[in-house]
Amino acid sequence: MSKDIRIKKGFDINLVGAAEKTISKAVSSNVYALNLDDFHGIIPKMLVKQGAEIKAGEPLFFNKADEKMFFVSPVSGELVEIVRGARRRILTLKILADKKQEYVEHPVLDLTSVDGSAVRDFLLKSGVWPFIKQRPYDIIANTDVTPKAIFVSACSTAPLAADIDFTLQGKETELQAAITALSKLTPGKVHVTIGKSSDSPFANIEGITLHKISGPHPSGLVGTQINKIDPINKGEMVWTIAPQDLVIIGELVLTGKFNAERTIALGGSVVKSPKYYTTKIGAEISTFLYASGVNQDAFRLINGDVLTGSKTHPEGNLGFYNNAVTAIPEGDDYEFFGWNKPVFDKLSSTRAFTFSWMKPNKKYDLDTNTNGEHRAFVVTGRYEEVFPLDIYPLQLLKACMVKDLDEMEQLGLYEVAPEDFSLTEFICISKQPHQQIIREGLDLLYQEIG
Amino acid sequence: MGLKEKLHQTKLKYQGKKMAPAFNAIHTFLYSPNETTHSGGHVRAVDDLKRTMNTVILALVPCLLFGMFNAGYQHYSAINGFPENFSLLEHFITWDNFWLGAITILPLVVVSYGVGLAIEFVFAVIKGHEVEEGYLVTGMLVPLIVPVDTPLWMLAVAVVFGVVIGKEVFGGTGMNILNPALTIRAFLFFAYPTWMSGDKVWVHGAVDLAGTPDAISGETILGYLAQGNNAEMYAKYNLSEMFFGFIPGSVGETSTFLILLGGLFLIFSKIASWRIMLSAVLGALAMGLVFNGVVAAEWIPEYSKFYGLMSFDFWQHLIVGGLAFGIVYMATDPVTGSQTNKGKWIYGFLIGFLSVMIRVFNPGYPEGVFLAILLMNVFAPTIDHYVVQGNVRRRMKRLKHATILPKPSDGKAEELKVETA
Repeated sequence: MSKDIRIKKGFDINLVGAAEKTISKAVSSNVYALNLDDFHGIIPKMLVKQGAEIKAGEPLFFNKADEKMFFVSPVSGELVEIVRGARRRILTLKILADKKQEYVEHPVLDLTSVDGSAVRDFLLKSGVWPFIKQRPYDIIANTDVTPKAIFVSACSTAPLAADIDFTLQGKETELQAAITALSKLTPGKVHVTIGKSSDSPFANIEGITLHKISGPHPSGLVGTQINKIDPINKGEMVWTIAPQDLVIIGELVLTGKFNAERTIALGGSVVKSPKYYTTKIGAEISTFLYASGVNQDAFRLINGDVLTGSKTHPEGNLGFYNNAVTAIPEGDDYEFFGWNKPVFDKLSSTRAFTFSWMKPNKKYDLDTNTNGEHRAFVVTGRYEEVFPLDIYPLQLLKACMVKDLDEMEQLGLYEVAPEDFSLTEFICISKQPHQQIIREGLDLLYQEIG
Repeated sequence: MGLKEKLHQTKLKYQGKKMAPAFNAIHTFLYSPNETTHSGGHVRAVDDLKRTMNTVILALVPCLLFGMFNAGYQHYSAINGFPENFSLLEHFITWDNFWLGAITILPLVVVSYGVGLAIEFVFAVIKGHEVEEGYLVTGMLVPLIVPVDTPLWMLAVAVVFGVVIGKEVFGGTGMNILNPALTIRAFLFFAYPTWMSGDKVWVHGAVDLAGTPDAISGETILGYLAQGNNAEMYAKYNLSEMFFGFIPGSVGETSTFLILLGGLFLIFSKIASWRIMLSAVLGALAMGLVFNGVVAAEWIPEYSKFYGLMSFDFWQHLIVGGLAFGIVYMATDPVTGSQTNKGKWIYGFLIGFLSVMIRVFNPGYPEGVFLAILLMNVFAPTIDHYVVQGNVRRRMKRLKHATILPKPSDGKAEELKVETA
């Protein structure tokens, strides 16, 4: 069964440096690392000491607030360093990989006979649970909740994002296994959304409700799709999983091994030959970045896409949830009369002597300059044009800023994640940090209401 | 060392100091800053508040230039009589007209910007935030909505009042409830009414010459109508003069033609809300039609003091007085207007509707648009509240059908699954 969704409001950001559709195998990294910032709100309790020998898929730590939730090592090797920050907070776990990888062997799940609670235990123990995110709050799913539905967005519209149809080619068996396992955890549906005219590996997967979506970004964001398919109400819980993580779950279900391998897109105008690489979660980015080459020294390296990714550096590591790495120029330079001269080489959502509207398909080489200073909210009606959710974005942001819990709830904060506000942030004339405002609002709501 | 580096060094020197906002305001005027993204998305669109405000100012420049020529034209015509066969190049766009307009109007612009920006700088330094760009538009609007001979000290006092009481006490740009430019206009109107209405203030020199043998006057069209002198008005001005703006009035408000172009430009550039403009026009037409209907139905006698304005053709309200200017440049102020798209329709419609109503029912102040906009500024948050409540109610309705599932640890999930299967 397939249903068509058409998104009208939105804005496509076409950037220079889209990854060419060839997959290379990245050289294996010496050191792999888990960055704890990837797991929002998790306070880790270590299970192994520095110097311990661990296998791939062996638990490194668990969630202090929920001891059933384990986080495992992507590779086998020695835990060489626990990098700590202020007040001994753990920032990064570094693992020196073995030449020959050894895996923790889990019993293979027999999908025809297992019930939901067995699947749940399996996912928790094997350490793939953190791939499951929940809404409200956009955090790793609570282990003791039955979701009303599971959402997977298999369509990426973000700038320079990995083409999911391409990266998941030939993974149908794994996807099917993961979907079958996960569908036992909810009495509701598993909604998978694919691009309208795409050649998606999900087309023939059973046990899902398939949706086809078309329209500009953010049609590929799972938040947009949830809002159009089955919006979240107060008290409800839905899960979201990225399709590349389904592959890892599927392989684990079929083989009993946690294989952290993933195909990622390396893109951005700084990269000389942008293309796809297979590598593992936590791999050092330099292992594939310099294989493609960079054309300047000072650039912004991003784990993820330019709208939602996190800042990193060539010695940094591929994030737990990321399937793209982007490198764009830094924009730390002044521009003479940048605020009033006509602009042809930067994107704009208006036509105030900005001419990007004349060439909707042109690819732009944007840098990280904010193009203006932070101001109070002044203009209105702009966000609504790029925000397809049935929510008043400006009003919700203001409710978060003044910490009005009732209003946050009423205006629909339960339905959104920071990434849903990445596009309004991009076009914001007042240069307000929308994603941060929403993140802080969600954290406050979680803390107060939970 | 180039200018860019010099300014960069100075910026570093001032960093964290009290005067930093003042320096940065000048620095960012010359160069857009070298700031890079540090939270959320890594790229940003090119539009900022400076560009937005600049676009509005550019849309106002034609009105300002026209106002200068018109000031001279009205002055010399009042003294020498209106030309028989009016020719644009011969009688209007002349150096004499421009020179007179420039020496009377540029001081208004300078005082408005000088006083207003000084206050903005002082507040920015005291409160330690950057100088926000809101006043760039306000400072341009103010000289355009006052009579040409407004004394400069009066304007300065009004600007101080408008910026401090109308804006800064609420927290500065983006936080104000009333449009600052209209607050300034309202202050002038109620504090110095003799300078803001009557038939002596709209033409340069009329006040000085009053009572002398050379006395001149220039009644606005609304002034004629308020006194019921419709026939006299039509004898003096024809429709094209009203539309193109060769009539007495506040400096920048007379040329509906240029205002229309400015409005279309603002809509095209996506800076101002077309919803507000369109609905305000509809509101004004609706109210005008009601009054025309009252006259046609002969519900009021011809000697009524409202008859002159009520019988004025409904659509002509749009081309006289400050209505068009108010709709295009003032009602669309995003800070003080309605912020929701539905709200904008209601807000705009009521502005048009009330403007014409005040205009007709209050011949004492023949121009109602600024009062109507200020009134609706006050109501805009209420309109938005009800619009947003609509969204909230929709969400509440959905809540009735929420699927809240028991926790798996209660062991009930399986039962539920059987039920739903």
